[in-house]
Amino acid sequence: MEGKTVTKVAQSGLDKKTLLKFLHEMLLIRKFEDKAGELYARGKIAGFLHLYNGEEAVAVGAVSALQKHDLLITHYRDHGHGIAKGIDVNRCMAELLGKATGCAKGRGGSMHFFDASLGFYGGWAIVAGHLPLAVGLGLASNILGKNQVTLCVFGDGATNNGYFHEALNLAKLWTVPVVFLCENNLYGMGTAVHRASAVTEMYKKAAAYNIPAEQVDGMDVLAVREATDKAVDHVRKGNGPYFLEVITYRFRGHSMADPILYRDKGEVDEWKQRDPIVTFRQKLETEGLLSAQEVEQIERETDEMIAEAVRFAEASPDPPLSDLYEDIYANP
Amino acid sequence: MPMITYREALHQALREEMSRDERVVVFGEDVVAYGGAYGVTSGLAKDFGDHRIMDTPIAEGVIGGAAVGAAMGGLRPVAELMTINFALLASDALINHAAKVLHMFGGQMSVPLVVRMVGGGGAQLASTHSQSFEVMFAHVPGLKVVTPATPADAKGLLKSAIRDDDPVLCIEHALLYRVRGEVPEGEFLVSLGKAEVKREGKDITLVAYSRMTLVALEAADRLREEGIEAEVVDLRSLRPLDMETVLASVRKTNRAVTIEETWRTYGIGAEVASRIQEEAFDYLDAPIQRVAGVEVPIPYAKHLEQAAIPDAKRVVEAVKQLLVRTGG
Repeated sequence: MEGKTVTKVAQSGLDKKTLLKFLHEMLLIRKFEDKAGELYARGKIAGFLHLYNGEEAVAVGAVSALQKHDLLITHYRDHGHGIAKGIDVNRCMAELLGKATGCAKGRGGSMHFFDASLGFYGGWAIVAGHLPLAVGLGLASNILGKNQVTLCVFGDGATNNGYFHEALNLAKLWTVPVVFLCENNLYGMGTAVHRASAVTEMYKKAAAYNIPAEQVDGMDVLAVREATDKAVDHVRKGNGPYFLEVITYRFRGHSMADPILYRDKGEVDEWKQRDPIVTFRQKLETEGLLSAQEVEQIERETDEMIAEAVRFAEASPDPPLSDLYEDIYANP
Repeated sequence: MPMITYREALHQALREEMSRDERVVVFGEDVVAYGGAYGVTSGLAKDFGDHRIMDTPIAEGVIGGAAVGAAMGGLRPVAELMTINFALLASDALINHAAKVLHMFGGQMSVPLVVRMVGGGGAQLASTHSQSFEVMFAHVPGLKVVTPATPADAKGLLKSAIRDDDPVLCIEHALLYRVRGEVPEGEFLVSLGKAEVKREGKDITLVAYSRMTLVALEAADRLREEGIEAEVVDLRSLRPLDMETVLASVRKTNRAVTIEETWRTYGIGAEVASRIQEEAFDYLDAPIQRVAGVEVPIPYAKHLEQAAIPDAKRVVEAVKQLLVRTGG
């Protein structure tokens, strides 16, 4: 793997509060996903459910490099990004249960989280379809002078789609402030990267559009943060788009319907040795930045937040039937 | 009132709206240096600058998607696609995204965008450049579709579309750009979703839109020579569809013929006829007739192309057949 890995936490330049926040958020996302998987198995959540286990360092590290008014637009495996951008887990869980209190009023479900007030501009479920939207968001920032960076997250599968190439080309032509972040988790659904892409290192594709790019260790939250800092800085200064390929791995199936026939357990176990949460915690402990008491506190807090999210979601009302006809047009 | 062309009317609408609202930006295929494939945007770059009007690559997917993103980012983009045939490549952005944002994300955000494109045949451009896909877009809840037939409607509908908070497709017609008509200067709006009776008559209702409105008017002229007074209803918007105006006309004439350039099967005529029989069955003296494009890919050779697209003669024949049947 190319790209740097930050070996020591102390070298990151981040204060302890930020570091503990990373651990807290990654754990919260992991627990949210595990609980969602459990509720799906119990029939409380329907539709497709794509879990983010194993990839938490990407969302947490990358989003932490953004400012509050910056935008995030992502793919359908969007729970982690939504939580990292600040959507209350109560409203996330309520969305999964299809409740009126959900972050999309129960209309979007797992694949379509949204919170305009937090700059979370959606989970989008047509693979690669949201990359052109990021170009438009960047154009709006430029024309309206908003100095707003858009972080556009997509998977390795999206890079083989025409939308990807059209979007990168126009992003460069228009010099839009967009960080394209490819989460390369080695599989597009059940198809290994090398079976779907003539170029298996995604960051090299950005060279075709003269966009600076680098590859990053996506199991290391600090490496993701450092690379995204650099990318955001480049973009915010008006230099046009930047491309990050983050190598990561999803521990669970593509969706809950996935029997995982395309990869063997040994491979999964190997990647689990690099669990971004476990390794980060160990680093913090080794460097004396995390006490047993603090670990316990973070575990307890995140457990309570998830338990409360489930309580909130289950107690929330279903959307009224009249909601079916609402919001088809802004000017009906 | 000044007589200007359909092209000039569209240009006027863009110019006025860009002057009125700084959030209105234009981008698309060949809109700057070339001035638009049909010359509509000519001169705008000189007057508004390259931050308000931008060329794009010939890549409809990103044009459609960038329009959605730009609208979400606070602009009011007017995107131009070279033709509706190319719009198939933008249809994902329009149908899967533009039409879904407001509802699917819980009403948090609308996408005020306009996509302009040219549709229709008759210019000997063969199968892939002569189609009428308005039905496909008008099928989709969340989208609005306007199809102006006259220069005045072109101006008024485009201005309203730009001010509207929803995604609107403005489908122009290749053979109308040089057509002249009276167009009010300055502020002139035509409401979306409002049909217009373009000619009054008592014997039969002809329901048309876009260039077929002119065909219907020509047919009405010929019918008058034979003592038949046809009323011509121009739908102007296909979604929202103004059935009230159609129904009021049918309640008066008791007969209707629909005219569309697109293919008959699952077409606009099918929808309008169905709605008429649902809502005004007791007023009908005869089954509704449909005049529509022949169900073939449109060929290049002139006489074959003309045989594929409805004309006034076919409308007159349909009307006479219908009247014979009812002894009208």
